[in-house]
Amino acid sequence: MKFRAFEISRKLRNSIHTGWMIACLSVVLLIPLFLTAGLAIKSFPLLHQHPLLSLIFSSNWKPLSGEFGFYPFIVSSVWVTIFALLISIPICLLTSIHLTQYAKKWVLKIMQPVIDILAGIPSVIYGVWGILVVIPFISNHIAPMLGKSSSGYSILAGAIVLSIMVIPFVLNILIELFNNIPVELSEASLSLGATRWQTIKYVVLKKGLPGIISSFGLGMSRAFGETIAVLMVVGNVAKVPTGILQPGYPLPALIANNYGEMMSIPQYDAALMLSAFILFVVVLFFNAGSRILIIRSGKHN
Amino acid sequence: MNRRKAEELFFRVLMFLSTTIILLVLCHIIYSILAAGLPHLNWDMVSKVPEGGYYFGKGGGILNAIVGSLYVAVGATSLAFAIGLPLALFMNIHLTKWKKLVNGIRFLMDLLCGIPSIVYGAFGFTLMIFFGLRTSLLAGIITVTVFIVPIMIRAIDEVLMTIPRGLFESALSLGSTKSEISYRVFFKQSIAGIITAMLLSFGRAIGDAASVLLTTGYTDYIPTSLNQPTATLPLAIFFQLSSPILEVRQRAYASAVILIAIILFISLLARILTYSYKKNKINY
Repeated sequence: MKFRAFEISRKLRNSIHTGWMIACLSVVLLIPLFLTAGLAIKSFPLLHQHPLLSLIFSSNWKPLSGEFGFYPFIVSSVWVTIFALLISIPICLLTSIHLTQYAKKWVLKIMQPVIDILAGIPSVIYGVWGILVVIPFISNHIAPMLGKSSSGYSILAGAIVLSIMVIPFVLNILIELFNNIPVELSEASLSLGATRWQTIKYVVLKKGLPGIISSFGLGMSRAFGETIAVLMVVGNVAKVPTGILQPGYPLPALIANNYGEMMSIPQYDAALMLSAFILFVVVLFFNAGSRILIIRSGKHN
Repeated sequence: MNRRKAEELFFRVLMFLSTTIILLVLCHIIYSILAAGLPHLNWDMVSKVPEGGYYFGKGGGILNAIVGSLYVAVGATSLAFAIGLPLALFMNIHLTKWKKLVNGIRFLMDLLCGIPSIVYGAFGFTLMIFFGLRTSLLAGIITVTVFIVPIMIRAIDEVLMTIPRGLFESALSLGSTKSEISYRVFFKQSIAGIITAMLLSFGRAIGDAASVLLTTGYTDYIPTSLNQPTATLPLAIFFQLSSPILEVRQRAYASAVILIAIILFISLLARILTYSYKKNKINY
């Protein structure tokens, strides 16, 4: 009898646990659904009145008179992201090749924690560093070198800070990618008389190309959505930037700076939610594309 | 020396330089923040809430923000753990036969990990308005939970994936139910890795500013209930830094030192745990 009761309680516990697990799964699966629905519904009032394309390509930003043109913000976001990637791509590629193909064990032992710590530092700290170091450097050295004057709060400052934040993220993906390329391929190339560098150039990089591209896609979506660090150094002027030493105003900064007033001006909340929605869609697109590319290229191996 | 060798040498020098740059940048970030903040860090900073006129350079500290951040991070991490652990176990034990479904969930979680925290913040804000909440500790905890749940799930999932299948099969053949395998075998076997995953999520939760910016508000007091606004450490740094008064900005640097100390402590702890995990792991 006792054994039976024990059996029943075990079965009961099993089904309770399983039930809770399924409940958790459904809650988590509902998150993206609610996320999309919530942002779409909230930004609908604005989309209802203005077509999306005219909102994106208009540069009139006058919330008080109901004009919402996202063009300056989108351009700033794109500029900051592209320049950040231009800085971080060569560094990431070179370092990841160095760490996976050439470096001794002890170098990896030092660099792995370094990359992890860089990845773990909160974005606000990067922002503080940008204000302390990058801004004075730009206004005192880089701008005079180019024959211009700048306060330092600029697209370039945002891009530099952002590139440092993206590096550990992209680097980790690249290191994993290069480690997963079969050693036999490099060995075959080496045994045919190719040098180490030729092997890297013609075998490792070629084999890893889809993965490399997608790692930059992931880095790009990471950079596109970064908020606080960029907001602190980029200047926040709602004009279309014409040079890298000019201030910019990326989309995430727009949301973070104006959420306080958004309930008091008509349609302002819809405009900010629309910018969150644009961010969401762009990031999702690049993320999904890059990940599908990785999975596809993995299947060929 | 021929051209091939010269090219290789050239790139090896570049590689060495770029690796060094990364190392130097990290050292420089930590050094410059310590140099700017340490001289202004004192016991008042971590033991007092802001007094009247604090934002004009008068006395007080940022205890409100430290405690607020801990509340948000501990709350969100525990909630995310309560959802994430069962889900990760479910994926690795109950759904072993549904490979496609598991890979689909992983793909979705990876996508959710990539969504910027400001989008979660905006989403939390819409939820808050929908339920008629004001900016509060509760809204912040819920938003940060949504933000770190995918990170937690993927981190735990990665740990569980390394556990050999033989363990699952032998436990099953001894008559264990699946929930017993989950919590008594897999959970115990991977406990160090799971704690590391929790620390990782905790670090994310305590350091993120964009998601709490829209949902927790800011206050000079330590919250006593879930529906009061709460100050958080990243926001304390952010707000103090935008002040025109020098003393307040110096306190922002000191607050940054506190935040970076917390983050470094967490990552050190995670590292030690990972090390002991690797050392004590049973090899088959």
